[in-house]
Amino acid sequence: MSELLQFVFSGLTVGAVYALVALGFTIIYNASEVVNFSQGEFVMLGGMLTVFIFEAGLPLWGAAFLAIFITALVGVLLNKLAIEPARGASVVNLIIITIGASIFLRGLAQIIFDKQLHRYPSFSGDDPLHIAGATLLPQSIWVMFGAAFVFAGLYAFFTRTLTGKAILATANNRLAARLVGINTNFIMALSFGLSAAVGATAGVLVTPITLTSYDIGVMLALKGFAAAMLGGMGNPFGALVGGLFIGLIEATTAGYLTSEYKDAAAFIVILLTLFVMPQGLFGAKSMERV
Amino acid sequence: MKLKEVFKTTTLAAATAAMTTLATPAFAEILIGSTLAITGRASFLGDPEAKTLAMLVDEVNAAGGVNGEPIKLIQYDDGGDPNKARTFATRLVEDDEVVAVIGGTTSGATMAMIPIFEENEIPFISLAGAVAIIDPVKKWVFKTPHTDRMACEKIFTDMQANGISKIGMISGTGGFGKSMRGQCLDVAGNYQIEVVADETYGPSDSDMTPQLTNIKNAEGIQAVVNPGFGQGPAIVTRNYRQLGIDLPLYQSHGVASKSFIELAGDAAEGVRLPAAALLVASDLADDDPQKPVVTGYIKAYEAATGEPVSTFGGHAYDAFKMLVAAMETAGSSDPEAVRDALENTRGFVGTGGVVNMSAEDHLGLDLSAFKMLEIRDGNWTIVE
Repeated sequence: MSELLQFVFSGLTVGAVYALVALGFTIIYNASEVVNFSQGEFVMLGGMLTVFIFEAGLPLWGAAFLAIFITALVGVLLNKLAIEPARGASVVNLIIITIGASIFLRGLAQIIFDKQLHRYPSFSGDDPLHIAGATLLPQSIWVMFGAAFVFAGLYAFFTRTLTGKAILATANNRLAARLVGINTNFIMALSFGLSAAVGATAGVLVTPITLTSYDIGVMLALKGFAAAMLGGMGNPFGALVGGLFIGLIEATTAGYLTSEYKDAAAFIVILLTLFVMPQGLFGAKSMERV
Repeated sequence: MKLKEVFKTTTLAAATAAMTTLATPAFAEILIGSTLAITGRASFLGDPEAKTLAMLVDEVNAAGGVNGEPIKLIQYDDGGDPNKARTFATRLVEDDEVVAVIGGTTSGATMAMIPIFEENEIPFISLAGAVAIIDPVKKWVFKTPHTDRMACEKIFTDMQANGISKIGMISGTGGFGKSMRGQCLDVAGNYQIEVVADETYGPSDSDMTPQLTNIKNAEGIQAVVNPGFGQGPAIVTRNYRQLGIDLPLYQSHGVASKSFIELAGDAAEGVRLPAAALLVASDLADDDPQKPVVTGYIKAYEAATGEPVSTFGGHAYDAFKMLVAAMETAGSSDPEAVRDALENTRGFVGTGGVVNMSAEDHLGLDLSAFKMLEIRDGNWTIVE
């Protein structure tokens, strides 16, 4: 019994990391239907900037907030310098631009920071909590709460606020959005800034668990993307459930079957889901006009 | 008139050309080639290796070169990519016409280059880990780093001394972890050690508690070995303490750097691992033959680069010093003579240990080259 609980805790820890990354994908996707492949680099920047600002002498919380702020600026700049000049290009072209941006950011991080692994102390120490024979690190609870908090914030933002609805409107039909008085350029800048901030928050929370280095964004983006696809791209609830689900599958496969095939098990479940429900678990059913 | 002038110029040019040709032997350089992973994923290995080579070439040339001839290093960056490494190897042999090659940061790059050096009969000293490089022995190929097989043997020797016979293994699925897992399983029987739990994790995994829970619950288990490098071992070590497992934990030489202690934090206390003497230079006994070599290298490297030394740069140090020694013994830089001298290297003291090559052994290190270390109070302590 305590074994199962330990596997569940492990799955929730890893799953919450995936979910946090997946949530970052939803904002830009909702604004432009672009899957932003530099999302992983936002996560990396959040972690790496915190490491280096913290080592420069700022308290950890100060370093974390500064890192999130700087990453948001990077997001806005990315939109301004790379996405906006390509206005009118198709979604596929924009996605390719984000892949280029991710390679560029990774290269830049290699030069500005270094190529080593880093971490900083956990927020509430490393003494595990013992629950019914299983253990859980306090940092895992931080990550889970972070994911829940970001999810609630995004959900409220997209359904309750005018700006959030303006983002959805921009994605739906940019021309019509402009006709009803939405500043679509501002909306795009806002969505990149927000998305980067969410990514950086993920980076700040998960670094004490996953460690960070200039190239950690690649694997986080891959797993986060899988989680977002599983849950339904663009749906914050889907991102949350998708992430936790993949984490739990991986942990129970590693625990009960064999650790060799835990990645395979997760991807098989994703493939099956997408065969049966191509829009993901909670994605809106979309119809293409011909 | 004009014709005369032309004639004059031509003669002059011919004379100059003749003089240059005649003068060349006096300025002869020994061309040594190198291709390393200076950038890319393995750059944390290749970068200190390249810096070490550049530093040593300057040092040797400042002291008058080898056999009175200066050394010229031709350096390429293969980024750890076997395809690129192979291309550079061909270029080094055919275009640059080097007399010897040091390089191959990764085992993949090394294995891709070996056929070219074997075919062209150029001595090649690899800086990569896999035992397959020198086993079976290839006539022109040597290497300096310890093999993963030796790391397993060292760990098992220490276990045997502590009465441990049933162990669990948790290995990374990356190249290094996979290869070392195979070697450990292969030699475990020689030390009467039974592997009762055998788990793996992906190179970018962030939580290994499920695998460790299974290991913890395995019947009669007495210790755990974790072959791998990068973030995996640091996370395994942290999860190990999180689960409160009280058994001895052995890491591999792949994590033998200060950054492992920083990443794993307090959880690293009590972890044991085999490592080269370079790591504990100041703690070596004064009569240890390696002491002057490693302290000298550390001082020179840190002065030249301003960076802390790593065991990986040490592999390049050993390779270069051994090559220079072989050229001095041979009295020439002829590839055939250098190869024979390399194979006859005896009692060479390097950062990796005391090297005794032979026709059957192109590594020349024994288990004494490894020190068994334990992490105590955030530092390495020798425990033998």
